[in-house]
Amino acid sequence: MANNAPNGTIRLEIFRYSPDKGEEPKFQTYEVPFREDWVVLDAINYIKDELDGTLTYRWSCRMGVCGSCGMMVNGIPKLSCSAFLRDYYPNTIRVEPLANFPVTRDLVIQLDDFIGKLKSIQPWIIRKDGEKPVSEGEYLQSPAEHARFKDFSMCINCMLCYSACPVYGLETNFLGPAAIALAQRYNLDSRDQGRSQRQEEVASHEGIWQCTFVGECSAVCPKHVDPAAAIQQAKLSSTIDWFQEVLWPWGGKK
Amino acid sequence: MKPYIRPMPRDWWLQRLPYLSFMAREVSSIFVAAYVVVFMVMLQRISQGPEAYQTFLDSLQSSLAILFHIVALAFALIHTLSWFSLTPKAMMLHIGEDRVPSGLILGSHYVAWIAISAFVAWMILKS
Amino acid sequence: MAKSNEPIWWSLFSAGGVVAAFLIPLHIFLMGIAWPLGLVSLEFDKVQTLLANPLVRLYCFMLISLPLFHWAHRFRFILVHLGLKSINTLLAVLCYGAAIAGTVVAGVMLWA
Repeated sequence: MANNAPNGTIRLEIFRYSPDKGEEPKFQTYEVPFREDWVVLDAINYIKDELDGTLTYRWSCRMGVCGSCGMMVNGIPKLSCSAFLRDYYPNTIRVEPLANFPVTRDLVIQLDDFIGKLKSIQPWIIRKDGEKPVSEGEYLQSPAEHARFKDFSMCINCMLCYSACPVYGLETNFLGPAAIALAQRYNLDSRDQGRSQRQEEVASHEGIWQCTFVGECSAVCPKHVDPAAAIQQAKLSSTIDWFQEVLWPWGGKK
Repeated sequence: MKPYIRPMPRDWWLQRLPYLSFMAREVSSIFVAAYVVVFMVMLQRISQGPEAYQTFLDSLQSSLAILFHIVALAFALIHTLSWFSLTPKAMMLHIGEDRVPSGLILGSHYVAWIAISAFVAWMILKS
Repeated sequence: MAKSNEPIWWSLFSAGGVVAAFLIPLHIFLMGIAWPLGLVSLEFDKVQTLLANPLVRLYCFMLISLPLFHWAHRFRFILVHLGLKSINTLLAVLCYGAAIAGTVVAGVMLWA
């Protein structure tokens, strides 16, 4: 079963860009053995090992956990370790670096913008009076409280959602799906008290209000985080904040 | 070592089916608004008396008017179906540790839609 | 805290989306398709009696105003998505302004 097309091959058209040569990017075609159990990352590793050592890309775990091998596979952002060749065979597969990000070289993109946004939403538990010392024990949480944010905590920072988001593609100031989902993950955590600090970023013009709910961030997410849902919920709670402040200004800030 | 920046093509929404259906969903609002304008014209004609109202009703029988309303209805239904399908995402309800299934939220919307439509139709059509 | 005034537009957009989703298909069907095909009757006396009811007037006002704000919000972002990001503020003024104007006209027609 594993090798039912032992003599078959499959073509990959791969985006190549070399900054030091000062050339425009181009596509280069490689022919690799077709194996039933190979994924796109296996094919690219084969190219690197056997055909062309200059091909540059990121990868690590090969099992959909590390989030470093995201690429555009036939125009759709995917983890290349989870995209099977058999789903494309016998057609040529086009592989490009993740859309909406600047390309450093070949399939490697610049992720500084994303990392900066992740930091900006302060993705850690914030206590108003500082954390209590370890000797006083942990902050307890019931399973029901944990269930409120569990889905939003599964993100592996693979950036497929940014690549699928046309709003981010049009305006890179947009805080973006994964960062907002992570903010929501902490805002919904019963141990956290930092929501109003995060709102400075999340409820700003560059935050949730740019999102028009295209929904592709959730469609491409390999971990079913559903950032589109997180953003809608953040819009709803920010709107409630706004009306509270306007209609009940003496109620005080939370 | 300058990075290569790929600009977003202006026709990005034509390049993948999910983007195109997103655009169809957004464009549905134009047809909804166009119908609202027709509805306002109707109110205006009613205030002008029975003859003006009858002229308005007659104009609805032209094939162009019927075509417009068929297209507007198609887009209005796109709006209704897409709006309902997105609602469970905006309302994430939990009962204890379990999330209220999105099918339940979606189903209750359809039931409410049918009930409300039946009630409004009855109000308009009862003699 | 939240410096953005988007919540006011977003809540009107959402309310209009709900109203449009539940009510607009029926109205289009009854008036624009069922009536021309002779399936229903919409006589003047009946319609006028209905409109004499203040609750029906309020219903008509909501049916006009909220979907207009729904349109305004989506239309603004359609244009932004088609590349008019640079005039976003102008688009917001024009789109929401049109919805406000439509709301005023509806109010005048129904109550003045």
